[in-house]
Amino acid sequence: MTATQPPRAAAHPSGDKRFKLLDRAINLHQGDGHALIEVLHTAQNVFGFLEDDILLYIAHALKRPLSQVYGVATFYHYFRLKPPGRHTFVLCQGTACYVKGAPALQQAVERRCGVRFGQTTGDGRVSLLTARCVGSCGLAPVAVVDEQMAPKLSEADALARLERWLTEPEPAP
Amino acid sequence: MNLDELRDAAEAERSRQAGFTGRVRCCTASGCVASGATESCEAFKALLARHGLTDQVEVIPTGCMGLCGQGPLVTVEPGEVLYQQVTPAVAETIVTGHLVGGAPVAAAMVDTTVPFFTSQVRIVNEHSGRIDATRIEGYLAAGGYEALAKAVGEMQPGAVIDEIRASGLRGRGGGGYPTGLKWAITRKIEADQKYVVCNADEGDPGAFMDRSVLESDPHRVLEGMAIAGYAVGASQGYIYVRAEYPLAIERLKAAIRQAERHGVLGNRLLESGFSFRIDLRVGAGAFVCGEETALLRSIEGRRGRPHPRPPYPSEAGLFGKPTVINNVETFANVAPIIARGGAWFAGIGTPKSAGTKVFALAGKIRNTGLIEVPMGIALRTIVFDIGGGTPEGTTFKAAQTGGPSGGCIPAAHLDLPVDYESLQAVGSIMGSGGLIVMDSTSSMVDVARYFMEFSMDESCGKCIPCRVGTVQLHGLLDKLTRREATAADLALLEELCVMVKETSLCGLGQAAPNPVLSTLRFFRDEYQAVLQPAGEG
Repeated sequence: MTATQPPRAAAHPSGDKRFKLLDRAINLHQGDGHALIEVLHTAQNVFGFLEDDILLYIAHALKRPLSQVYGVATFYHYFRLKPPGRHTFVLCQGTACYVKGAPALQQAVERRCGVRFGQTTGDGRVSLLTARCVGSCGLAPVAVVDEQMAPKLSEADALARLERWLTEPEPAP
Repeated sequence: MNLDELRDAAEAERSRQAGFTGRVRCCTASGCVASGATESCEAFKALLARHGLTDQVEVIPTGCMGLCGQGPLVTVEPGEVLYQQVTPAVAETIVTGHLVGGAPVAAAMVDTTVPFFTSQVRIVNEHSGRIDATRIEGYLAAGGYEALAKAVGEMQPGAVIDEIRASGLRGRGGGGYPTGLKWAITRKIEADQKYVVCNADEGDPGAFMDRSVLESDPHRVLEGMAIAGYAVGASQGYIYVRAEYPLAIERLKAAIRQAERHGVLGNRLLESGFSFRIDLRVGAGAFVCGEETALLRSIEGRRGRPHPRPPYPSEAGLFGKPTVINNVETFANVAPIIARGGAWFAGIGTPKSAGTKVFALAGKIRNTGLIEVPMGIALRTIVFDIGGGTPEGTTFKAAQTGGPSGGCIPAAHLDLPVDYESLQAVGSIMGSGGLIVMDSTSSMVDVARYFMEFSMDESCGKCIPCRVGTVQLHGLLDKLTRREATAADLALLEELCVMVKETSLCGLGQAAPNPVLSTLRFFRDEYQAVLQPAGEG
């Protein structure tokens, strides 16, 4: 800890308790700008995506220019700058999955959802995402469905899951 | 903790293990977890409790057992029987049949006398699927951290490097640079701070060797890094691991904590004069970060953009300081080399490519999973004996190694010995170890387009040949797959490949045309078959 460390005892003015978790990550790295990616990971875990004010907040806390924080957040595929859908369907696009039929799966899923991979359905229910390779090539084709690995995924199985998501009742606000 | 205490802890664990008459080793690496290993593991515990066997049979969460396509995998003692597709229902038959009744359950057994198991030589994966992947005690009982103790207790740093040089170990990330030489350069440079970095950003699609090592035997990597730190005079290490590998991250975090608590990492480790810390850095999904200079920028919290070498990281790397950067599998080879000697390691494999290589077998092949074979083994042995060949009714067409930076090896070269130079001679590379088999149903033009799309998306945009070249190459390949290209387009494609290869800044761009060049070399007929006569396209 150095003397230049900003005092972080005060709660965020918005009263949002999640900032406490973010502050903890910033302090863990002693406000070191080198920890920018680590801090962005925490922020995304806590807030779900990286809103502009979060990026501003991080830039200020780590004493890095906003341009740099924004640059890093947009450079890496893993960081999301838009809110994700309620459910996420991450299709692996690795070579083994490609050879074992991922392109057909991709088309079927896009057709059912009416949006392309990289997008979220208009009702905010489902985000379609791609991963370069999740390293479960022995089980190709695979998808990561709501954080759970779905091995040897068939088109019928994928569509059945989407059907459930797209037709389930809206949760109470 | 000093060496004696370390050995006491190992001995205590061994006698604890000897107290059990039976063992159920459940693979809890990502592949099997995806197939339901967690539920099976819990089922075993509940079943053993129900039969009053909790004190006699231990359930151990281990790492990868190799045959990932048939998970969940379980090994049961007595008898060392490997079972496949162990659902909770199968678990019940194993407990009642094998553990209570004493008769292995033939229906779920895997024949381990087949080449998939017998042709393997395991150094990197020697503990994988055997020891508890979640507790340091399991690693200690298997002789873990003895090599580190030997290095810091009995050897001069220079002697450690000599041993690595004698072993002939070369970088397992794909480049094949001699590891001992790399360390020697960093050692020679005077600096107030040096770093050891482990590249666990296994970005090649179709490769999962490093994930498996990290999930199965994380301490092996930590020990290798600490030995490297001692050899070059570094006190800080970083592991840069992909965010796509949550289980590997979890196991590494736990392993680092345990190692610090046991005094095998941290200040004055093993009560020597040497201190070494390891921190984890989680990547954020950028393939280019597998390139070493880009990876170092990413650890610094910046965009992962490569910069020209020299200076090499060995001289000016992380934060401008001399840095040893090696791949996971390279570090996993270090401890056994120090423990058993460089000459032992040099005796395995070929004279120029010593040791073993881990491959991830996937694609159109019967036995998908992880294998470790001696260098110099014939590709045919890997594909047909170990991998069991292509599925019923199809024929082998090509094996793809090296991912988007590699190439396709056709059937004519199946007898090629797998080592760094031989693979390069046919226009592919060793790569990090992904080996994807394509059969007669795969279109090679389409495969080339797939890899180019990958390189195009992953280009960081810093240098023009790669940023613009990959887009143009992809456009041409797309045109070919749509059957709209002419002979002039094909000529342009070839010309552009050479330009991108020769003028790009880093390995990503320089290697991006490889899949095209290699498929053009061996499967030109497939390109020509889709060409349109000039004037109509």
